[in-house]
This record gives sequence, C-alpha cells and structure tokens, in this order.
Amino acid sequence: MIVLEKRPQPSQTWSMATPVVAVLATMFFGGVLFAALGKNPIEAIMTIFWEPLFGEFSFYYRPQLLIKGAPLVLIAIGLSLGFRAGIWNIGAEGQYIMGAIVGAGVGLAFYPLEAWYIFPLMVIGGAFGGWIWAMIPAILKVRFGTNEILVSLMLVYVAEQMLASVSLGLLKNPEGYGFPGSRNLQSWDSAHNAELFAGSGMHWGVVTALIAVIFAYVLLNRHMLGFHIRLTGEAPRAAKFAGVNPARLILFCLGAAGVLAGLAGLFEVAGPAGQITIDFNVGYGFTAIIVAFLGRLHPVGIVLAGGVMALTYIGGDIAQSNLGLPSAAIQVFQGMLLFFLLALDLLTNYRIRLASKEVA
Amino acid sequence: MDLSAINPVLLIASLMVAATPILLAAIGELVVEKAGVLNLGVEGMMIVGAISGFAITVESGSPWLGFLASAIGGALLSLLFVLLTQVALANQVASGLALTLFGLGFSSLMGQSYVGIKPPQMGKLDIPFLTDLPFIGPILFGHDPILYLGIALTAAVWALLKYTRVGLVLRAVGENHDAAHALGYKVVRIRIMAIMFGGACAGLGGAYISLIRVPQWTEGMTAGVGWIALALVVFASWKPWRALLGAYLFGGVTVVQLNLQAAGVAIPVEYLAMSPYLITIIVLVFLSRDKSGAPASLGRIFHATH
Repeated sequence: MIVLEKRPQPSQTWSMATPVVAVLATMFFGGVLFAALGKNPIEAIMTIFWEPLFGEFSFYYRPQLLIKGAPLVLIAIGLSLGFRAGIWNIGAEGQYIMGAIVGAGVGLAFYPLEAWYIFPLMVIGGAFGGWIWAMIPAILKVRFGTNEILVSLMLVYVAEQMLASVSLGLLKNPEGYGFPGSRNLQSWDSAHNAELFAGSGMHWGVVTALIAVIFAYVLLNRHMLGFHIRLTGEAPRAAKFAGVNPARLILFCLGAAGVLAGLAGLFEVAGPAGQITIDFNVGYGFTAIIVAFLGRLHPVGIVLAGGVMALTYIGGDIAQSNLGLPSAAIQVFQGMLLFFLLALDLLTNYRIRLASKEVA
Repeated sequence: MDLSAINPVLLIASLMVAATPILLAAIGELVVEKAGVLNLGVEGMMIVGAISGFAITVESGSPWLGFLASAIGGALLSLLFVLLTQVALANQVASGLALTLFGLGFSSLMGQSYVGIKPPQMGKLDIPFLTDLPFIGPILFGHDPILYLGIALTAAVWALLKYTRVGLVLRAVGENHDAAHALGYKVVRIRIMAIMFGGACAGLGGAYISLIRVPQWTEGMTAGVGWIALALVVFASWKPWRALLGAYLFGGVTVVQLNLQAAGVAIPVEYLAMSPYLITIIVLVFLSRDKSGAPASLGRIFHATH
C-alpha cells in the first residue's frame, strides 16, 4: 500500500524540479490533446516551443517574448507577494484594466500637446488606477473582514464594464468615425511606450518588470517586511506572536499587486496595444496566476515562468495560423500546466512510501 | 423611458428563471463547504456543464439527456479537483482557480461547432386550471421542471443536513476532520462524494443558462455566475433556505437591470450591467462580519498520519 509521509522540510530538489516536470507532462498530455483534435502532436509542440525561439522567423518572434512576458512577470510578481502571505488577490485582470484606463486617460487629457512629462504622468496614473482598484478589496478585508477573493474577482467584471463604457464614451476618439475605442497612442510621440531599441521588443514595461523582480527579491530575502510576508504564509500562529500586523500586510500586498498590474496595463495600452478598446485586455491578469505558481512564487522563478508562458502565447498564435489549432486549445494547455504543477507539488511536501498495511 | 412596459408578473417569473442557475450552483457548493472543502472552481464546472448539456441536447434532441450530461460533465471536472486536493493534497484555493481556468478553456474548445445553434426547448409545466390562474399561475405553475428541481434540491439539502445521520456525519467532517477521522468516519471518501455532488449541481446550473435562460452557446457565457454563487454561500451563512432567498435577490437585481436597459433608462447600459457584481460586494460587506456559520475545517488540508 502506498502511504504519504510528510517531510519535515519541503524538499529543495523537488521544489526546483516540479515546474520542469510539470512543463514536460503538459507537453506530453498537450500533445495527446492536439492529436485528439486531429493535428500532428509533435509538429504542434515543436511549433509552440521551438518555432518562436529558433525557427525561420525567430528574428520576429524573439522580441515578442519580451512584449508578452513583461506584463505577465509584472503582474505575477505582485500576486506572488500576496500568495506567499495567504492573501488571494485574483482580480489582477481588473487592476490591469483600471491602470490602462486611468493611465491612458491622464495622457489623453493633454492631447495633442507634445511634452516630455506626459508619459511619466501616465505611468503614475496607471500605477494609481491599479492601486486604487486593489485597495477596495484590501480596505474591505481590513475593515469588515470581507473575503478578498470574491471582492477582487467581482471587480474584474466591474472593470470590464468600465472599459466598455469609456471606450464608447469618455475616451472615445472624436475623430474615429464613430468606432469604439480611444485615440491611438502609438501615433502620438509623447504618450507612446516605444521600443527603447528598435526591433528588440524592449520597452519601458520590460525595464519596470526587471526592476520589480529585483525589488521583490531584495524585499523577500533582506527585508523585515518580506520576512513577515513569508512568516505569515508559512506559520500564521508564529507570525501572530511575533507581532506581525496583518492589516498592514494586507494593504501592502494588495497595494503592491495593484500598482504592478496597473503599470502592466498602462505599458500595454501605450505600447503594443496602442489604444483603449472594448476588448484590449486578453486575460494576462489570469494567466499571471499560473505564472506566479509556475515560478514557485519566487522572483527569479517568475521570470523563467513568464518566459515559458509568453512562449505558449506566441507559439499558440503560430500554431493557430499554420496548423489551424484553435486558440482555446492553448488556453486548455495553460490550464493543464497549473494542474500538473499543483499535483506534482505533492512530491515537494510528502515522501511516497510503500508500506505493508498495518492495523490501526 | 417607459417603465409601464415592465409587467410585474413577467418580472417575477423571469426573476425565478434568472435565480435558478445561481441557486443550483450555490446549493452544490454549500454541501461541499459543509464538508470542509472550499472549491473555487464553480465557474469552471458551470461552464463545462453548460457546454456538455448544450452539446448533448443538440445531438440527441432531448433536453433531459442534456441536463443529465451537464451534471455528469460537472461531476467529472470536479474529479480533477478531487485528484488535486484529496489525493495530491494541494492547496484548495489554487486548485479551484486551476479548475476555473481549465474549464473556461476546455468549454470554448468543446463549444466551437455549437456557436449560433438554437437548442431544442424543454417543455414548461402546464397544469390545466392552475397554470391559467391570474397572477400566481405563471409565477407558481408555469415554469420548466428544472426550476422546481432547484427548489426541491434546496429542501432536500436542508432536510439532509438537519435531520439525517448522513448530514450529521457530513457536518462533523467539515467542522473537525481530525475528530471525525478518529471516530472512524472516512473523511476523504465523504469529501469526494460532496465535491462530486457540488460539481453535478454546478453543471446543472450551467446548463440551465445555456439551455433555458439564454438559450444559446457563447464562450464564457456564465459571466461570473459561479463566483456570485460562491459569494452567496457566504452570505447565506451556509443555510440552504437563505441561499434560496439570496439567489432570488440576485435574480431580481439581474432582471430589473435588464428591464431597465430595455426600457431605456437614462443610466448607461454598462453601469446597469455592473450592478449585480457591485451589489454582491455590498451584501458581502454587510454580512461578512458574522462568520459563525462557517465550517471550522473549511479549506484546511486533511492528512491522516495513521
């Protein structure tokens, strides 16, 4: 009979190995799924994981890796702080949308002025939009003990309606011939989050993501607040006795996640997306949850996980146009990854032993 | 704006229809949480139920088979949650999220060839005399059978939890799984059955949206109903009849805002459309101070050491 024996300490080796094994398992079962859809599984997997990096057109796809990866990493870093402390902000999608709306709104208020200070103001606006949206569940949790999971998620739907509202009303392009959506920020130099080096994919969002990773690393490993976050997640009772202030922790974790998600939204709307439209958000806020877990809630891990997830987005697009693989198949593929990761985590925390069945 | 166009009888009747998916999902989740398990995958199980019910109804021509398939579909998806949380002992919050993300993708993959099709309709209850009564006829006796199933299920769950041995054991497992284990109850087995029941109920709720309420298939059509059902369990303090009341309240909000949209009120459509979510938050705030009804072992991982 198989018995599980709890490890006194989570296994370091398995903790590092599970994400890799999970990716491999997802490749295998994803291949089975693609075969079931009538596609050549090996060709499909190669298209997703090989083509963007080393294929014929990789000079075009490699910069895309940064463009898709940056928002995922930015959001996931913020989420990981909360997840570590057992604070579940799952409404990053809403904070992302609000960051984009407020940031773009701040910028468009200056249109058509050309000035150096417009973009920095938009960045501040984006951070503020995400922050304020995350503060709603934070304050409700601190003040009334309201469940932050449900509130932050409900606010995603509210934010989506806001997005529809502003793209049809407040921020609608007056010269847009009646089409919904704002002015294109890409064609306005002061507001454009352009590539820093042409063709590299490197824009301000990528830079900010790297800074966020370094900050999160220092915070978690060298700072008291980071220690408190880890303590609260791993030993809530000990944290209580150590005098950790839970209200402060909630406000900080949700606030930081909101700021980073809002920034991700702003950089996206001012750069790759270019304008506020009804459906400019593509679910980065939810995919970032997978990125955070795949990266083991560790800043460096999140960078790698963000890369893998960005790869599935880009490769998925290629597979869609080349092989006719439905886009929903990629969504299933990403969901599968989280499943395998969570399931394999068993090996990190437990030892599997074969034992003879005993009485009592 | 013409508010007189809103017919109160139709309003109440459609409120009951709008409430049923939330009620079905919430009653299922209530049983799951009473057993001490927090399954955040309701939205995912609902949408998978919605497409499996829709597909089978279209293929077989029978809505009854469709609803059966939706319950099976929801329960099958919940088995993945069982594998993660009861076998692999994974975190329940993360596993529930995984279920929802996976379910949303899986349903749109399955549903590709069903967009824009109209499913065969389920007949409505038609009792000669009773259904023709003015006012109360259409409200009480003029619905589809699944709506009554939702109410019957509420009563059944209430009676089960309150008066039967099975209910007592279920609650014991949810309140203190270590004690229940020490008494010799099969904690994991009971929880697995509860989770599958929850999955089947969520599946039915999803199919109610795609087969009766809308009736059509569109990607992501559950639009947060599963999450509202989760919130409903909290503010029903884990009591079945209160869940029914709450579901009708939400059905009411949804229907009233749709009617106001149709009547052309001066409030923009988007603000009306966000109202059910905002009201969920407000009600949660008012009722979340009282957590006395929450099962004590809710969301905790059970690992028998011997």
